[in-house]
Amino acid sequence: MTWLAWRQARAQTLIALSAVLVVAIVAFADGRTSTMLRMWLSVLVIVVPGLLGAFWGAPLVAAELESGSFRLAWTQDVSRVRWLALRLTVSGLAATAVAGLLSWVVTWWAGPLDHAGLDQFGSFDSRDIGPAGYAAFAFVLGVLCGVLLRRTVPAMAATLVGFTAARVAFRLLARPVLLPPVSAALPLDPATTGYGSSGFLPIAPPPGLQPAAPSLPDAWVTSIGIVNGKGDGLTGSVLTANCPDIGHGGGGGIVNPLANGSSHVPASQGVADTMHDCVARIAATYHEVVTYQPASRYWPLQWEELAVFVAAALLLAVACAWRVRRIG
Amino acid sequence: MDNAIETNALGKRYRRRWALADCTLTVPAGQVTGLVGPNGAGKTTLLELAVGLLRPTTGTITVRRRSAFVAQGAPVYADLSVADHLRMGQRLSARWDAGLAWSRVNQAGLDPRQRAGRLSGGQRAQLALTLAVARRPELLVLDEPAANLDPLARRDFLDSVTRAVADSGEGMTTVFSSHLVADLERTCGYLILLAGGQVRLAGQVDALLERNHARSLDDLVVTYLREVPR
Repeated sequence: MTWLAWRQARAQTLIALSAVLVVAIVAFADGRTSTMLRMWLSVLVIVVPGLLGAFWGAPLVAAELESGSFRLAWTQDVSRVRWLALRLTVSGLAATAVAGLLSWVVTWWAGPLDHAGLDQFGSFDSRDIGPAGYAAFAFVLGVLCGVLLRRTVPAMAATLVGFTAARVAFRLLARPVLLPPVSAALPLDPATTGYGSSGFLPIAPPPGLQPAAPSLPDAWVTSIGIVNGKGDGLTGSVLTANCPDIGHGGGGGIVNPLANGSSHVPASQGVADTMHDCVARIAATYHEVVTYQPASRYWPLQWEELAVFVAAALLLAVACAWRVRRIG
Repeated sequence: MDNAIETNALGKRYRRRWALADCTLTVPAGQVTGLVGPNGAGKTTLLELAVGLLRPTTGTITVRRRSAFVAQGAPVYADLSVADHLRMGQRLSARWDAGLAWSRVNQAGLDPRQRAGRLSGGQRAQLALTLAVARRPELLVLDEPAANLDPLARRDFLDSVTRAVADSGEGMTTVFSSHLVADLERTCGYLILLAGGQVRLAGQVDALLERNHARSLDDLVVTYLREVPR
């Protein structure tokens, strides 16, 4: 029986493994210095689990329902749930192995550049063991979409949408607090604190003071805030009361972000002095609070990420079995 | 008499439409039963309920035999070879007769290395029948097995069904459906006429013909179908 499940997953698995091999050869042949190649390989590791879910998971049951071959497969002496469980296991392990192997190759290749970057959390999503968990999850999600929608193409689309949503939601909402972040208080430095807003339109927050991030090599800074002794945040009214001119008048700017060399225009001395005085007044009662995941949390977070996505895959597998049993 | 299938007030609804309603019938063991009726009569629904692909909405169905099924259109896996299909049958079956499977494949002139997607309609039907028969079932269920075949392949296929039943030696109960009475005439001992989701006529073919003074099965079926309200 395992032979049969493997027979039905064999061709696609061998093709995918060959593709990983080609990627490895191309990457190492190119040397290990290109940051552009590093970026594309990271993108590859991030999208491959979703593609495995859409192209392997979604058709697993949906294609059989469409072609009618489920009438052959589900009327044998082996029950349809047992057969599904076996196919989920074999193809799911294949998908997990392909994504895990690709991630391992890319992690190995990018090692020197990653170490030099001192930003291990910047490539957290596309290195080490996490991607294997994403692939297991995406695959079973694809199977479930196929079982629910019963048609391959809509199931593939739903898989991509669902997988992306799950990943983004987990990244934004769960990962930063999966382990309680460490927080550190430091004085507000008038020399390195600026004014402005960071974020994407239309959800960019209103402009405010922007303290520089502290030097925490390989740590993941999850938030930077300004609070007073009682823990209250710096409000806009406190800011304008201390610095009536802030946000008005000329500041620095970026003339041409695409030009090489110095394209940053410093603010005039007068504006810089005003800003410095303003921050110094606020720093008398307010300080900077940074929350972060220390560098040593990298591996615990990788393992937790893997565990969470594999556990989710197992839950979805149970849902698949439950639904398949009830078809008809 | 021993029955292979018994149903009691069996009904199956798809969304709003009742494909089968209040259907009570028996399929006798040890013979070939023909299930005939116009398209949409509920034949496929009844057979898929019998093999467990569907679950009843109302009523009950009891199947007293280990069954094998050949679905409408004889579905197989297009990218698996003929030999792969036999290996599949072996691994998914509790009582696989490999000798029988291979001899049937050879008789039908199938190339074991051929991918099933490249077989002709007649060859595919033969492969599907082989997969079912080699399981040594006590009940063989065939849903419109000859529907899409040309007349010659159709004749060959029906003959091979008859041969398979005769060769089984243990009085394999067989049920097969068709909307063509001619398919059933040469093979069936028992007839069930289904129309509009209900049983219109059921009984031993000889007795039905005698009782209704019909010259042929065709006349008999047409007479009863005329009475079905549209």
